[in-house]
Amino acid sequence: MKLIIATVRPDKLNDVLEALYRAEVRGLTASRVMGHGGEVERVENYRGTTVKMGLQEKVRLEIGVSEPFVDVTVKAILGAARTGEVGDGKIFVLDVEQVHRIRTGERDEAAVTPTIPAGV
Amino acid sequence: MLATLLAVQDAAPTVSGADTAWMLISTALVLLMTPALAFFYGGLVRSKNALNTMMMSFVALGAVGLLWALVAYSLAFDAGTAWIGGFTNALLAGVGVEAKGTIPHVLFMAYQGTFAIITAALISGAVVERMRFGPYVAFIVLWTLLVYAPVAHWVWGGGWLMTKGVLDFAGGTVVHINAGVSALVAAMVLGGRKDFGRQAILPHNVPFVLLGAGLLWFGWFGFNGGSALASGELASLAFTNTFLAPMATLMVWVLLDYFRNGHATAVGGATGIVVGLVAVTPAAGFISPASAIALGALAAFPSYFAIALRARTRLDDSLDVFAGHGVGGITGALLTGVFASKAFNPAGNDGLLAGNAAQLVTQALGVGVSVVYAGVMTLVILKGLAAVVQLRSDARTEGLGMDVTQHGEEAYSTGEGSILVLPAEAAPAAAPSAVPATAAR
Repeated sequence: MKLIIATVRPDKLNDVLEALYRAEVRGLTASRVMGHGGEVERVENYRGTTVKMGLQEKVRLEIGVSEPFVDVTVKAILGAARTGEVGDGKIFVLDVEQVHRIRTGERDEAAVTPTIPAGV
Repeated sequence: MLATLLAVQDAAPTVSGADTAWMLISTALVLLMTPALAFFYGGLVRSKNALNTMMMSFVALGAVGLLWALVAYSLAFDAGTAWIGGFTNALLAGVGVEAKGTIPHVLFMAYQGTFAIITAALISGAVVERMRFGPYVAFIVLWTLLVYAPVAHWVWGGGWLMTKGVLDFAGGTVVHINAGVSALVAAMVLGGRKDFGRQAILPHNVPFVLLGAGLLWFGWFGFNGGSALASGELASLAFTNTFLAPMATLMVWVLLDYFRNGHATAVGGATGIVVGLVAVTPAAGFISPASAIALGALAAFPSYFAIALRARTRLDDSLDVFAGHGVGGITGALLTGVFASKAFNPAGNDGLLAGNAAQLVTQALGVGVSVVYAGVMTLVILKGLAAVVQLRSDARTEGLGMDVTQHGEEAYSTGEGSILVLPAEAAPAAAPSAVPATAAR
């Protein structure tokens, strides 16, 4: 199993969630984060004070998946989160040592459902 | 308003201190309704569009207010013809401290100006979260000239609907039907927000919505009470009806909410208050307080179900301006023809319940004319503007939010990651980095 960490634009979050839902990826954690991915700074003005907003609001998704789901998940996020401009985000795929489902005590592959993607 | 206006014009033209005092307060009260509307609308949109939505109301204070002083007041209230006023009072020529009724002419002009401002701002609720700011300002300026000023002239300025005997105490037709129908057409011309019907678009600050509704009610005492254009009995009647009707609408709305969805919602309660205020507006100075309670209670039903129905269609009248102000205004205008009573205002007329069914027909004429005129003219103005400018933002800008893209500000900025640009480097640094944001507008 793997842990997929994806950082995406907040305005693309709904598209990503929809794509993940269609790909039958269930279970994820989302957090609002601030980040910078090389995009041009936004300039704002507040009563004579000009500021460059160096950090942009982003959404960070963490998804634990079984091996057959890695490609499916990555493909769903790539397709849904892309606008083609700098600042679309990143996807990291990490090895995971153990996974435990707290409710049942199941571990590893059994703790990330489902194990077989649709159409495989 | 029209009946009292005629009555006072016949009287000797002297300024009354008491009337002036009340009208000074009323003018300030009605002006406050536009910031109140900004909070009402601002709370209903997503946080990334909060400032833009509120600015759509605030900018009307400047744009429409100045236009009013320059020419729109003259077009609405100069004698002119039955269809449109003249240019006698353009640039405020001849508008001094002399008596207009029993108050100074300048005060009458200012008081009427506050109505023009809020009416234009009301329309913004149908186009929020997607219409570009510049074209919006151009739209409300043209709309005030071509729609508001003529209709105000017809109903209040001695025009043909006034002659026909249409009863509109404080602007059910001129303000609410006018704005409501125009909002409907504007929503259709612009099309829905990109997320509309695809994902839930929720109010970002419900306390703002309640604050706005409360302040609107407060300001509405000037709107209706002040439409007597004097202090005294008629102002007190209109004031009391403005006090009672929304109470009934609020309770019926909350009960409808409760029995249909299981909860008395705060957004529903705030909407109910506004609908009650809209509905009592044309009737405030013509009906008894008991009738105001009945009118308020009845007015909840059409607007409540119009909102429920609209939410199931593809029509993105985002903040339900048509269901609230259009449907509420039409209900109020027609119910004025039912409840009006000469016993409470001899200068008015009797309605259906007092045995004068003809008044209901007259009211329907007023409604029909303003629906058609506002609808057609709004379509013409927007299509004309669309021929020269792009009315709405592209999907990318809409996704980022209108606050950052239209105004270069955020409503709830944390300041995290913001770098102060010193004046020396501002000019060379700001210009190129601002380009990607502006280019996408």
